[in-house]
Amino acid sequence: MNQALDRSRDFDHRGRAWYLDRAVTVFVFIGGTSAILFIGGIFVFIAREGLGFVFSEFDAGEFFGSIAWRPTSVLDATYGALALIVGTASITGLAMVVSIPFSLAAAIFIGEFARGRVRELLKVLVELLAAIPSVVWGFIGFSIMNSLIIDIFEVPIGLNVLNAGVILGLMAAPIMTTIAEDALKAVPDGYREAAEALGATRWQVIRKVVIPAAKNGLVAAVLLGVGRGFGETMVVLMASGHSINIPDSVFDSVRALTATIAAELGETAVGSDHFRALFTLGILLFLVTFAINLTADTIMRGIRRKGQRANP
Amino acid sequence: MRRSMSTLVSVLVIACGGNAGNNARAVIQNKGSDTLITVAQAWAEAYSTVDGQVAVAVSGGGSGTGISAMINGTVDIANSSRKMTEREIEAARANGNDPVEHLVGHDALAVYVHAENPVGQLTLQQLAGIYGASGPLERWSQLDVTIPGCDSDEIVRVSRQNNSGTFAYFREAVLENEDFKLGSHDMHGSKDVVHLVAQTPCAIGYSGMAYAIPEVRMPCVMGSPGDACVTPSIESALDGSYPISRPLLMYTSGDPAGQVKAYLDWVLGETGQCIMLELGYTPAIPTQCVE
Repeated sequence: MNQALDRSRDFDHRGRAWYLDRAVTVFVFIGGTSAILFIGGIFVFIAREGLGFVFSEFDAGEFFGSIAWRPTSVLDATYGALALIVGTASITGLAMVVSIPFSLAAAIFIGEFARGRVRELLKVLVELLAAIPSVVWGFIGFSIMNSLIIDIFEVPIGLNVLNAGVILGLMAAPIMTTIAEDALKAVPDGYREAAEALGATRWQVIRKVVIPAAKNGLVAAVLLGVGRGFGETMVVLMASGHSINIPDSVFDSVRALTATIAAELGETAVGSDHFRALFTLGILLFLVTFAINLTADTIMRGIRRKGQRANP
Repeated sequence: MRRSMSTLVSVLVIACGGNAGNNARAVIQNKGSDTLITVAQAWAEAYSTVDGQVAVAVSGGGSGTGISAMINGTVDIANSSRKMTEREIEAARANGNDPVEHLVGHDALAVYVHAENPVGQLTLQQLAGIYGASGPLERWSQLDVTIPGCDSDEIVRVSRQNNSGTFAYFREAVLENEDFKLGSHDMHGSKDVVHLVAQTPCAIGYSGMAYAIPEVRMPCVMGSPGDACVTPSIESALDGSYPISRPLLMYTSGDPAGQVKAYLDWVLGETGQCIMLELGYTPAIPTQCVE
């Protein structure tokens, strides 16, 4: 009788452990769902400021068709973002030309050839490269690369697509290398062993078996690198020349979407047309990076499912 | 996220009072113009030895930032290198702030070229021809100038971001409110303009005279073709003979009182004005400073 009573009391007892358990559950739940909350919040915030412009003064023909970004003009304020879009695209494009070969080669070397100490050392170095703050890269672009490019290529100014693209490529490379290496690692060893058993050389194994099997992961790595390039601000602000221009060559200065927002938002009166136009640029950036990341994520998910099927 | 060596470092200068423990120290919030920031910081630092009970917190960000803060009522003193517009004053009044202007000095807006650039003099018309949207000047040879190390002959225009006070003043004084030609290199800070020009033989830029470094030259500027060509200097800014010199202003909300008034009086007094002169700016009134 007494025992039964005790047990039922124990059962009802909400002691420290119970509260701790609830607290941790709630905390983990909030942590897990906060990402959704934040992304939703950010989107609502940007949309609230930017969409007002989109639905009133916005002129799609001017925004996408004109290069005249003159938001503070005394005579006639114009909001042509074409040069900014082309600027961002050209820098990101060159950055990918620089970083894709480097990072894929680095991933193949680290993942397939390097062993032991060398491999560990390389991985640490690649991570270290990713840890360099972007303002440091930007400073290198502004104060060192500018003079170098002027001297070497005999061009009027060294703050241009080449400068920003090369630096951005170096910045995107570590991320691409890490993800591409993971993709190569995800290819089951059974594939390699089977190919070697058939008499394939190491190079043939990599080219004909490993790379095709890891193809989706490599594409995702490249896409995430593109996303990184698209969203980078500091480097493009300092190294691109910040000049409204449609480039003919890599030696022309350009101006990027992100850099324009960074340079102008701080000194713009809250709620003015200029302020809201900058948020419209923000919406554009948000949509593009969102699309890139979503595509990369979908591709990655595809591999994971396939990997599970191959390796039950 | 904002950049620039000079503006990102929005420095908070907190004066160290000698007997800070006894009374709560008053903090004067001072914000705005990038052109004025070095002198504003120097004032704040020196003032701590005058009145240990007052700390002046200085931050930069540009004239627009200071004026926005004045409109929103978040600063005691806003620094600006341009006058507030009617619209801005109205906006401030709507928020219950009544901006009062105080002239604290002048700044000659120097035209900078690379040290190897031999150009001797420039007229305002030529500057408008280089920078203005309808300006025909694209090459140095059009000005009969040949620069060693600038084989492309292209005039590389270095300008400021479109909401800086310096940008607005140049547009008003030189371009007569016409728009800038697209394709200029819009730097985010007075210092960056001078540094870029120093590294780039083909470049021309404009920025406050106080930012001059040995690697750049400042050609003299003529108001109109017949006029004398005047080199930017403290004297020529003070007597008004330099054609592109602008007032440096501090705004308070309403007539200053108490500690803000004491601070402004000190700034406009001999000590404050001499600090300004020492840093390469022109005082508001002729000042005799003992070295």
